[in-house]
Amino acid sequence: MIELFQRSIFEENLALSFFLGMCTYLAVSRRIDTAIGVGIALIIVQGISVPLNHLLYQHLLRADALGWLGLPGTDLRFMRLITFIGIVAALVQLLEMLLDRYVPALHRALGIYLPLLAINCAIIGGSLFMAERQYDLAESAVFAIGSGVGWALAIVTLAALRERLRYADVPRGLEGLGMAFIVTGLIAMGFSAFAGVRAI
Amino acid sequence: MLESLRIVTDPLVDKNPVTVHILGICSALAVTTSVATALTLSLALIVVLTLAAGIISLIRHHVPSAIRLIVQITIIASLVVVADQLLQAFAYEMSQRLSVFVSLIATNCIVLGRTEAFALQNRPVPSMLDALGNGAGYALVLLVVASIRELFGSGTLLALPVLPLVADGGWYEPMRLMLLAPSAFIILGLLVWAIRSLRPGQQETPEFSPLAQPRQVQP
Repeated sequence: MIELFQRSIFEENLALSFFLGMCTYLAVSRRIDTAIGVGIALIIVQGISVPLNHLLYQHLLRADALGWLGLPGTDLRFMRLITFIGIVAALVQLLEMLLDRYVPALHRALGIYLPLLAINCAIIGGSLFMAERQYDLAESAVFAIGSGVGWALAIVTLAALRERLRYADVPRGLEGLGMAFIVTGLIAMGFSAFAGVRAI
Repeated sequence: MLESLRIVTDPLVDKNPVTVHILGICSALAVTTSVATALTLSLALIVVLTLAAGIISLIRHHVPSAIRLIVQITIIASLVVVADQLLQAFAYEMSQRLSVFVSLIATNCIVLGRTEAFALQNRPVPSMLDALGNGAGYALVLLVVASIRELFGSGTLLALPVLPLVADGGWYEPMRLMLLAPSAFIILGLLVWAIRSLRPGQQETPEFSPLAQPRQVQP
């Protein structure tokens, strides 16, 4: 479990080794406080949606999953993409309303980032990886939190570097997007250095 | 005629969705370790994008604007599921290598971006041409990155040997870094730099420009 957690943060980082959630990653990494907000929102949404999707996948969509309804021999795996997209979009909407009602302070801090995550490749990708790698419920929860933390760590690192880079004298064509890519490449190299490290 | 040709060719370099609008990089780079996977994913994306733009443009007058996003996502996701199933049926090995990335076309920002920005306001034929052009622009970036990575990472192009490897008695020592994730970011960064040097209009203005004249420092 600890190994899975650590691997999902560093070695198999969603942003840096699978390139997931890149649009959000590049768009909101200009300032460090917005990056922290998006990072926390992503950890929350990921942490809820992957285990939820796991339950749905195991009990409704998997081959022969509808046996408890007296319908053996079904295979609804092809529906998984649409199901996951629907669940994540509904979850984001629900979370926004709940936060607004019960924790207005948190809603003000995170509210504007939540809709961004409704169609985020990192979240859908996390659920699809969970289905493909056949994690059980506990593993999928650990993977969800780990991959969320990894993505948040990556975006906060990039935002911190980009805040400093604003004062740097970058070549004209490389200003902005180009520099962000190259810095991301260097961060990815740094993260891949954790590849061999194993928790005892 | 010229008008529609321009709709198709504009997104190739001048308004390229990836390098100018930063759309659709999610899922784009992970498949660029070899040209074959990049080509398959690009073709799947072009087909899905063109069909989605056509369908959404056809029904654009009948969809209330409050639910237009949900309608678009449902149409796109259904097309992606069909593409995924077709790949699994006719090219099983390739679909295994692409793993979840075919499904992730559904969350690709290019598709939703083009249908939202163009197909909802235009007639079906221009929408499909625009979708084709944007898909081709995306494919172009993907193929350039994939060719560089495959050529220098394993000495082959489309699995045909180009640079003879040391292991096979040739002279080329493959660069393992090219097959790892960081190289994709750096190659794309350099590609953006190259395009922006050729097209200075796309350059971003720095937030803090250096002072034109160095300040006089009192000794």
